Amino acid sequence: MSTQADLDLSKHTVVADERVKKQKPLQRLLIRPEIGALFGAIVIFVFFCIVAPPFRSPEALATVLYASSTIGIMAIGVSLLMIGGEFDLSTGVAVTFSSIMASMIAYNLHLNVWLGSALALVLALGVGFFNGYLVMKTKIPSFLITLSTFLMLTGINLAVTKLVTGQVATQSISDMQGFDSAKRVFASSFQIGNVSIRITVLWWLLFTAISTYVLMKTKIGNWIFAVGGNQDSARAIGVPVTKVKIGLFMFVGFCAWFVGMHLLFAFNTVQSGQGVGNEFLYIIAAVIGGCLLTGGYGTTVGAMIGAFIFGMANQGIVYAGWNPDWFKFFLGAMLLFAVIANNSFRSYAAKR
Amino acid sequence: MTHHTSHGTGRAASRRRLRTGAALGLALCATVAAGCSSTGGAPESSDEGSGAGTADTPRATIAMITHEVPGDTFWDLIRKGAEAAAAKDNIELRYSADPEAPNQANLVQSAIDSKVDGIAITLAKPDAMAPAVEAATAAGIPVVAFNSGYDSWKDQGVQQYFGQDETIAGEAAGARLTTDGAKKTLCIIQEQGQVALESRCAGVTKGFTGGSTEILNVNSKDMPSVEATITAKLQQDPSIDHIVALGAPIALTAVQSKANAGSDATVVTFDTNSALVDAIKSGDVAWAIDQQPYLQGYLAVDSLWLYLNNGNTIGGGTPVLTGPAFIDSSNIDAIADYAQNGTR
Repeated sequence: MSTQADLDLSKHTVVADERVKKQKPLQRLLIRPEIGALFGAIVIFVFFCIVAPPFRSPEALATVLYASSTIGIMAIGVSLLMIGGEFDLSTGVAVTFSSIMASMIAYNLHLNVWLGSALALVLALGVGFFNGYLVMKTKIPSFLITLSTFLMLTGINLAVTKLVTGQVATQSISDMQGFDSAKRVFASSFQIGNVSIRITVLWWLLFTAISTYVLMKTKIGNWIFAVGGNQDSARAIGVPVTKVKIGLFMFVGFCAWFVGMHLLFAFNTVQSGQGVGNEFLYIIAAVIGGCLLTGGYGTTVGAMIGAFIFGMANQGIVYAGWNPDWFKFFLGAMLLFAVIANNSFRSYAAKR
Repeated sequence: MTHHTSHGTGRAASRRRLRTGAALGLALCATVAAGCSSTGGAPESSDEGSGAGTADTPRATIAMITHEVPGDTFWDLIRKGAEAAAAKDNIELRYSADPEAPNQANLVQSAIDSKVDGIAITLAKPDAMAPAVEAATAAGIPVVAFNSGYDSWKDQGVQQYFGQDETIAGEAAGARLTTDGAKKTLCIIQEQGQVALESRCAGVTKGFTGGSTEILNVNSKDMPSVEATITAKLQQDPSIDHIVALGAPIALTAVQSKANAGSDATVVTFDTNSALVDAIKSGDVAWAIDQQPYLQGYLAVDSLWLYLNNGNTIGGGTPVLTGPAFIDSSNIDAIADYAQNGTR
C-alpha cells in the first residue's frame, strides 16, 4: 500500500492527501487478497490444459470441481476464522465426528436420518463452542486448544464407534427413513448437458457468496476483520470480541457438519479413522487464497480459489498421467508455486 | 411417516431399567414422534459370533501388538478373531497398536517388562522390530508373527507365522486378471509408501501377463478425493478395463468413480468387509482376494495357547498361509452371514 502522499514534484505542491486519495480502479482490483490466487489458478489451469489433454473436457472440470468443493466448503469456515485471527486444527476429524455421530444416533435410536443429522449439528456446533469458549476464557492460543480437540475427537471417533457398533466403521444407514431426501440435499448430482455435476459444487458457490456478502457488506463482517486485526482495539471500540470469535468457531463447526453430512450420504458408512490430516488441506486452501496466517486479512472468495487450485493440482497430476511415485512432490511444488505467485503478485501490486 | 410402535409402553419400560440408550431413544421418539425411522437401524437384539466352550487351562496373558492404523475395518476383523480365541482359551488379551515402527517396538518392550506369557506381533517393518523381538525371546517369551513379515519372521527367531505373502497374493490376483481377459489394469494404493500395499501392486504387475498395469496413489483419509482421483484416472485413460483396489472401502468408492466417469471397467479388490459382500452379490465388485484377517488374529492367539499348554507349533516351522483365497459370486453366499456379523 502506498503510504507516501502523492506529490507533484515539478510544482512542489500536494495534489491530494493520501488518506482520502482515490485509488485507481485497476490498482484497487490488484491489491485484493484473492487476486494473486486467481492469477495462480489461471496459470495452473492453462498449464494442465496444455500438458494433460483429458483435462480439457467438461467432465474433467466437473471432477475437479467436486474434489475442490468438499475442501472448499470447509475452507470458507476456516478462512473466516483465520481472518478473525484464530486457527482450528480439529476441522479434519470434526468432519468425521459429525458424520459418525449422525449415523450412529440415527441407527441406534431408530431415528429418521434427518433427526440424526440435526442432533449431530448440535454436537458439531457444540465442538465449535467448546473451542471458542476455551480460547477466549483461557487466553491460550487456539493452536494448542484445537490441537487438544483434534486429539480428543480422533479418540472419540474411534472409541465411541467401537463402543456402540462393536466395529470401527458405522453401519450402513442407506435403508433408513429420510436417507433418500437427505442424499438429494447433501450428495446428489445433476446434469448440465452431458456433464454430471455434484451438488456440493452448488453449495460451495452458495456458501461462498453468502459469506462474502456477510464479510463485505455487514456489521458482522467488519467485526470479523476487527477482531482479527487487533483484538484489543476492537474491544475498545465496542466490538463483542468474545461473541464474534466463538461464533466463528461455531461456524467452522457448521461447515464441518455440512461436509460430514456429504460424506455420510455419499458413502453410506463412515470409517472412524477418516479425516486425520485434512485440516491442513483447508488451511492450505485459505492461505493460497490470500488469508494471512496472522489474521485480519483475506476473503472467502480467495479460499474458494485456493480450494480450486488444490483440486486442480491434485487431479491435474492424474490427468497428466505422471509417475505416481512423484505424486506428493508434484502436489507440493504446485502449491508452492501458487503461494509464491500469490505473495509476489500481492507485493508487486501493492508497491505500484 | 409412521410412529414408533412402542410409544405407549415407553414409561413403563424405562421403569424396568431398560438400557439407557434405549430409554433415551424412546424419549426422543416420544418427543419428536415424526422423527423415527421405521426401516433400518440397529437390530433389536444381537447374538455374539461364535460361542465355543472355554478352556480350563491356567489363565495366561498374551500381548498382541500390531501396526494398525486406527479406525480401519480390516484390523477390526483381526482383533475380533484374536478376542474370540482369547475368550475360548481363558487368555487375557492385551491389544495395542502403533503404525510407527519405533513406537510399535516400544510397545513390545513394555509387554516384555510386564512379563506377559506370549507375544503376537505384526512385522510390517521387520528390521525396526528385530531388537524388540530378540529381547522378548531372550526373556523366554514365545513370539508369533502374523499378517506381515513373511520374508523375515524366521530369521528373527519368531516361532510361527500366520498370514499371506502380499507379493504371492498380488501375483494370484494378476494371474486371475489375465484369465479374466484384462488388457489394462489400474492398481490403487491408498497409502503411498506402505510396504504391504506396494508389494501387492508389485505382485499384480508381475502376475498380470495379459497387458499392462498402472499404479495410482490416493489419499484414503479423504474419501471425496479418492473418488475424484479414480474418476480422473478413468477419464484420462479410457482403456482401463480392470481396477484393483487394495481395501474394501476403496473398492466401493471405485464403483462410484466408475459410474462418474462412465467407464465400464471391472472392479476387483483385496480384503473384505460387510458392505463389500453386498457389492460382490450385486456384481458391482467382481471378486475379492481374502487373506482371512479373522483367522490370522485367531490363530496367532490360539497357537500361543497350544504352545504354552502343549508345546505345539502350527506349521512346524513353515509359514501358515491364510490367503490368498478368492471370494466371488460362486462362494459369496457361504460367507455372507459371517460378514454381516462382522467376522469375515
